[in-house]
Amino acid sequence: MELIWQGIIEAFRLIFSGDPEVFGITLLTLRVSGMATLISLLLGLPLGTIIGLCHFPGRKFILSIINSSMGLPPVVVGLWVSIFLWRSGPFGFLNIMYTPTAIIIAQSVIACPIIIGLSAAALQQTSEKIRLQIRALGANKFQYLLLLLGEIKLSLMAAVIAGFGAVISEVGASMAVGGNIKGYSRVLTTATVLEVSKGQFDVAIALSIILCVLAFTVTAILTMLQQKRQGG
Amino acid sequence: MKISKHPLLSVLLCLVLIIGLAVGCTSAKPDDQAGQPDQNSTPEPANPNVVLATTTSTQDSGLLDVLLPVFEQETGYKVKTIAVGTGAALEMGKKGEADVLLVHAPSSEKALVDEGIGINYQLVMHNDFIIVGPPSDQANLKNIKDLNEAFQAIADTESIFISRGDDSGTHKKELQLWKDAGVTPEGTWYQESGTGMGQTLIIASEKEGYTLTDRATYLANKGNLNLEIVLQGNKELLNIYHVMQVNPDKFPDLSVPINAEGGKAFVEFMINADTQKIIGEFGVDKYGEPLFTPDAGKSMDDLGN
Repeated sequence: MELIWQGIIEAFRLIFSGDPEVFGITLLTLRVSGMATLISLLLGLPLGTIIGLCHFPGRKFILSIINSSMGLPPVVVGLWVSIFLWRSGPFGFLNIMYTPTAIIIAQSVIACPIIIGLSAAALQQTSEKIRLQIRALGANKFQYLLLLLGEIKLSLMAAVIAGFGAVISEVGASMAVGGNIKGYSRVLTTATVLEVSKGQFDVAIALSIILCVLAFTVTAILTMLQQKRQGG
Repeated sequence: MKISKHPLLSVLLCLVLIIGLAVGCTSAKPDDQAGQPDQNSTPEPANPNVVLATTTSTQDSGLLDVLLPVFEQETGYKVKTIAVGTGAALEMGKKGEADVLLVHAPSSEKALVDEGIGINYQLVMHNDFIIVGPPSDQANLKNIKDLNEAFQAIADTESIFISRGDDSGTHKKELQLWKDAGVTPEGTWYQESGTGMGQTLIIASEKEGYTLTDRATYLANKGNLNLEIVLQGNKELLNIYHVMQVNPDKFPDLSVPINAEGGKAFVEFMINADTQKIIGEFGVDKYGEPLFTPDAGKSMDDLGN
């Protein structure tokens, strides 16, 4: 019990003393995971729309792959992205291994299937009557899509929340492709792992509290955005 | 149809704005750090990024946190430390993923040096391995001085032994010691943790088992552990660290070439007198004894006497 108290006290100390290292790590975590979620949304929403609304051969097969990729283990993603980004790998010339950019790429790979899968499922669930109605009112293709996406906005926000939650909490991929480099590619989860292996449990607990508060705050903001529009 | 006032758009726009704000304000930072050292007196090398592959023990003990700022300040290089097990660190050298290695498994390092991949191979320092165990000491190791007898005693009494099991320098050392003792470690009492040293010590403490550890990690974690030193001081238990740069000529086809100048600068830094002095004093303020003994310029045979 004493350890938990020490951790909580350490957390408050780190937060309120404005420790520059912890502040930097927290900001980087938010930046990397936010960027990864954004990229996944930009890539995932169009793909999810195509899979959800269009009919083409192999669609069910692709959907099965996407759905099983929703639970892609971060260490597996970390390993494969590493293989591609290493100096000896096919994308070695980009020279982005062990950088925050590499973490963004790996986390996008983790979040993308979640956005695709959930948005496709949501679009498929929109009722046939609404689709017919929109068409009957003379909407062009763009308007049709926009209106349909409006119908599923709650599910879309849920997809974004799920994607963000998956990437901000993962450690395996960040460790593998970021390298946990001090002051450069160290994020909250990899920093926590390091502090545990150093035996600095109070700092580790403090970091875990900061991570949970951060994840909760972002999710709460997204949830409020999601719920705000429900009535109107 | 009032498409323009569609709620979805505003929700998505808000989202993009929020994330964009979080993303935008600092996105240029890492490159600035890498390219522009903070002091005016610091030189600016052509290729400032040096990838150092090293073992978790140098990072976990905090030694690198002390040495690297000095190196970066003096030379203008920016070191990217990848702390992994010795096996992985050597493998990174073998593939040309790292520019310089700081590792502690002399027998495996030899292969790399013989192949011509590791050049400028220099002895840096040593600390020592110790065997720690529960205060009850059911294998009675405290009364045994000989290493082989000690490992046989652990096997005979089937006392729990936690192995790193991760191909690290410490794991390789442990396997060698079992081999020397003529024991094949098998059975429910021999358990592989597959994690770093700190974590393995915690597991050993929780399971009341024995384990082989480097002294530095044990001292750093001692407060959280219910483990005591049961055997120490044998010459076979020395934990010897070498530094070497990766030979750029072996990897002419890499799209990102080996930073040979940076690697050379790091090797020279590790063995210069000022750095050796810092190494020799590291840990005294915290543990009352140094964690490492500086060895630059000595040969392996000089050690442990």
